[in-house]
Amino acid sequence: MRIGIVCPYSWDVPGGVQFHIRDLAEYFIRLGHDVSVLAPADDDTPLPPYVVSAGRAVPVPYNGSVARLNFGFLSAARVRRWLQQGSFDVIHIHEPTSPSLGLLTCWAAQGPIVATFHTSNPRSRAMIAAYAILQAALEKISARIAVSEYARRTLVEHLGGDAVVIPNGVDVDFFAKADPNPEWQGDTIGFIGRIDEPRKGLPVLMKALPRILAARPQTRLLVAGRGDEKEAVEGLPRELRPRVEFLGMISDEDKARLLRSVDLYVAPNTGGESFGIILVEAMSAGAPVLASDLDAFAQVLDRGAAGELFPNEDADALAGKALELLGNPERRAELRERGSVHVRRFDWSTVGADILSVYETVTAGAAAVAADDRTTGLWSRFGLARD
Amino acid sequence: MTATLIWILVVLVLIGVYLSWTAGRLDRLHARIDAARAALDAQLLRRASVAQELATSGVLDPAASIVLYEAAHAARQAVEEQREVAESELSQALRAVFADREQMEAVKDAPGGEETALELAEAVRRVPMARRFHNDAVRAARALRRHRKVRWFRLAGHAPFPMAFEMDDEPPAALIDRAA
Repeated sequence: MRIGIVCPYSWDVPGGVQFHIRDLAEYFIRLGHDVSVLAPADDDTPLPPYVVSAGRAVPVPYNGSVARLNFGFLSAARVRRWLQQGSFDVIHIHEPTSPSLGLLTCWAAQGPIVATFHTSNPRSRAMIAAYAILQAALEKISARIAVSEYARRTLVEHLGGDAVVIPNGVDVDFFAKADPNPEWQGDTIGFIGRIDEPRKGLPVLMKALPRILAARPQTRLLVAGRGDEKEAVEGLPRELRPRVEFLGMISDEDKARLLRSVDLYVAPNTGGESFGIILVEAMSAGAPVLASDLDAFAQVLDRGAAGELFPNEDADALAGKALELLGNPERRAELRERGSVHVRRFDWSTVGADILSVYETVTAGAAAVAADDRTTGLWSRFGLARD
Repeated sequence: MTATLIWILVVLVLIGVYLSWTAGRLDRLHARIDAARAALDAQLLRRASVAQELATSGVLDPAASIVLYEAAHAARQAVEEQREVAESELSQALRAVFADREQMEAVKDAPGGEETALELAEAVRRVPMARRFHNDAVRAARALRRHRKVRWFRLAGHAPFPMAFEMDDEPPAALIDRAA
């Protein structure tokens, strides 16, 4: 099958959606499919052979932060060229509502289009203003995928329609087979995420730490992620600060090893999560998980059956649960056991097969993808299109 | 005077372009519904065929065979108005027959059973998928067709008002439980 995948965010910048697309593309290539990924990228960045650059993304203020987006005449032309040269059986657009490549492709293509909705953004003002245009583009999507039941609900509320739920994939064995690092073992708590982004929840964990350390002074907190380390420990009493170790940015291999080594993985995120891939990775590596009770997290953890949950932003409850788990090896072994069974449904072999089922369902009885001539030129409206 | 005339002409042309664009949108939506319906039909037929194959294979006990055969046969033969009910009944029959995992294991152990089991698992997973895509297309078309501009200018032509396909498509738990 010839598959075209559209990535809305810069390939040069690491991010959840980009990793998802990379893994998905490589999974399909291993199965012998023809895959081409269209992504924004600087012209001089080295790209894997299956990625086609759609030009450089422009930083513009959008939705309260600076987003790097692709739009305009040049990008639209590149999208059309990619569609014409690819002659795909199906195209898979990620994040079609972001005003970037996804929306452009939706606008310019016809035929079987599959779209995955990753984030569950609250409806933005721009989206309401552009609703009519957005709706006309989104109507072309033959199959919608939401990454979680939560993402599906927001999608239904904001845009109407329905979607099938297919979770994000994880290479379970990569994490399950990593070697633990002895330096990171022995009464350790793990945290991975941007240090300076409050919604990743490190401040909540820092607030809970004094109580945990009071009961278990030998415990260490290992923090992996970018950000200002001094600022992060500012709220902590000086004598407790050495109990926090910062590892900085770590490679995928080290991430797997870290998750294999820790006694407890804590995800204190305070919001804005639509899936929670890190929880799946932690469970794959056999780390017992303690997470805030966000909708998305609760779903990934099977309503608390595969990992413990605490009330969001409640540092006291976090400390209580963490102490309970650290002091109870049987319970942790049980969580490890349940987690490693539970994550099988997130393995690429399952997730990839499901996505392929979607492709096969929409391509059955439909023509291949082509550039849509009807919507793109005003001339064609009058039957004056040049051939 | 001429200026007014020109303006009226411009406005009329713009309205015309807009209506033609809307008609194009509607046409595309109808095409999408047709494709989605064809895909749904294909998946339903596939499911009924595999069920019938299983029912006549002799792997299942006689009672289960009869129940499954009856439901699969009815689903394949149903006329359009009874299709939703017949397909729902097939879902129920499949759930009843494959209520426990042992039954599935028995099928897998039979010669060629592994393949049939896989086909059935795939079919019961794809039916709800295809149905959701179909109903999503129907909803989009209905939303547009209810719009004033479409009704006043009869942009939908003679295309029938699209109907959603409603059925019970809950798959048997033993077939989709992939964690084990």
